[in-house]
Amino acid sequence: MELQPVDNLPEGFTRGLNSDETSEEYFLNMGPQHPSTHGVLRLVLKLDGENVLEVVPHLGYVHRGIEKLAESQTYLQNIHLTDRLDYLSSHFNNLGYCLAMEQALDIGVPERGEYIRVMVCELQRIQSHLLWWGVTGMDLGAISTFLYGFKEREMITDIFEEICGARLTMNFFRPGGSFADVPDTFIPRVKKVIERMHVALDEYNTLLTDNIIFRERTRAIGILSREKALSYGCSGGVLRASGVSYDVRRNDPYSIYDRFDFGIPVGSVGGCFDRYRMKMEEMPQSLRILEQAVKDFPEGPYRSKEQSAYRLPQGSYYSQVETARGLLGTYIVAEGGAKPYRVKFRSPSFSNLSTLCEMAVGHKIADLVTILATLDFVVPDIDR
Amino acid sequence: MKTRQVGDKESLFHFWGRYLQKVATGLVSLLSGMGVTIRYFVSPDKIITQQYPENRENLQMMARFRGHLAMIHDENNQHRCTGCGICEKACPNGTISVLTAKDLAGRKVLGRYIYRLSQCTLCNLCIESCPFGAISMGRDFELATYDRQQLTFILNKTQGGK
Repeated sequence: MELQPVDNLPEGFTRGLNSDETSEEYFLNMGPQHPSTHGVLRLVLKLDGENVLEVVPHLGYVHRGIEKLAESQTYLQNIHLTDRLDYLSSHFNNLGYCLAMEQALDIGVPERGEYIRVMVCELQRIQSHLLWWGVTGMDLGAISTFLYGFKEREMITDIFEEICGARLTMNFFRPGGSFADVPDTFIPRVKKVIERMHVALDEYNTLLTDNIIFRERTRAIGILSREKALSYGCSGGVLRASGVSYDVRRNDPYSIYDRFDFGIPVGSVGGCFDRYRMKMEEMPQSLRILEQAVKDFPEGPYRSKEQSAYRLPQGSYYSQVETARGLLGTYIVAEGGAKPYRVKFRSPSFSNLSTLCEMAVGHKIADLVTILATLDFVVPDIDR
Repeated sequence: MKTRQVGDKESLFHFWGRYLQKVATGLVSLLSGMGVTIRYFVSPDKIITQQYPENRENLQMMARFRGHLAMIHDENNQHRCTGCGICEKACPNGTISVLTAKDLAGRKVLGRYIYRLSQCTLCNLCIESCPFGAISMGRDFELATYDRQQLTFILNKTQGGK
């Protein structure tokens, strides 16, 4: 077997192609404009016919230098930058940053503020999962799921538009609460969403989960073992699908999550269908939290004392939240001024994506699309 | 490539039984999924699609909707801005420039309030920081233009203030 000279290889590969007469090995570029990579992710594939031999993801197409940018802006201005990490979990990102600031400044949050945070975050989780569900169906050739997912997602987006004026980049939470109280229509609207979602989830299961084509395409594809998932630092649905019951809301409760009664779905095999099932089962659990929160939603102040500028005392502060995709860590190093010395985000999508090569090897290209869809990453969250 | 391990050969009868069962359950699953689609197809009252831009006339944005920045003017075209420049400092992107002037009595008043929509991320920080409640977010959302020059606005209609 002759190997190609090493300097001629695509970046990230160490071994060349098999140059036998009968060999069908070649390199293929997938992305950055490929519709199933959900954004601008570029994958370089080493293929043998249609079988995947190796995958190397190339990142950096939407790198905006948010961590560096954060060093030149004040703490309050940084919150609006975190919207743009993972644009489908902007409330979680805001919350992570605010929790780190509250830890530094020793700010408490009033009861109503905590309830608003939990409810808004759970709504965001459902909203993000609905978009993922629609897009997963679309990647596997079922365009109608995209429209069905967006139908219910629109109800939640309307709630966000009403409480903070934005539909995607919320910039809603502040240290000590949120910038505004929720309007009176908030609770009736959430009740309507809960009611509707119970019906809608049954519809989704009939439409996609029980669909034979979808089942056959996700069953026993992209299996990630428990050890591999742990060693790659996966979190969220990807980790739980591999059989590890870890959820920050349960294992390291922040805000008031320790007061609510909810389950953590855990998978067994760690394949694509398990990862799909995790997300689908997380939605009823989020609805359970919402039902409990609606029942004892308190009156009172929504924010503790408002400040126009924040100065964090010298030191380093870390907070972690469970976003729709996994564990988001926010690490702030403060020097005592109005601006942070360094901000570091530990994003879930990056670690989850790094398992891609592990899972895709030996499968076909069409299965690679399935794996990408169930990994559920957001590219701006990977690049930052 | 490795070939897959195969067990004992099953009889033709079993193979066809399994095959037909799979076809039957597959068909049922496809038809029940199709049933959801058909249910929506025959009940037009469940349609939530909005016909934009036909419904432009009665399209209402939410009260807190964050469109472009606007300065609140009363019926006499007077605004409440004092030209203090707090919003300019609060803005993360350098969107706002507050240029002050002197009125006839020599006091500092607002000269021109320049707002650059092209740099704005609609983050609401300027409005939160304003101590006088002089600015607000507009409800317009059709903000695209063909020329970048049209994205710079002077928000105050009159010089000075209260």
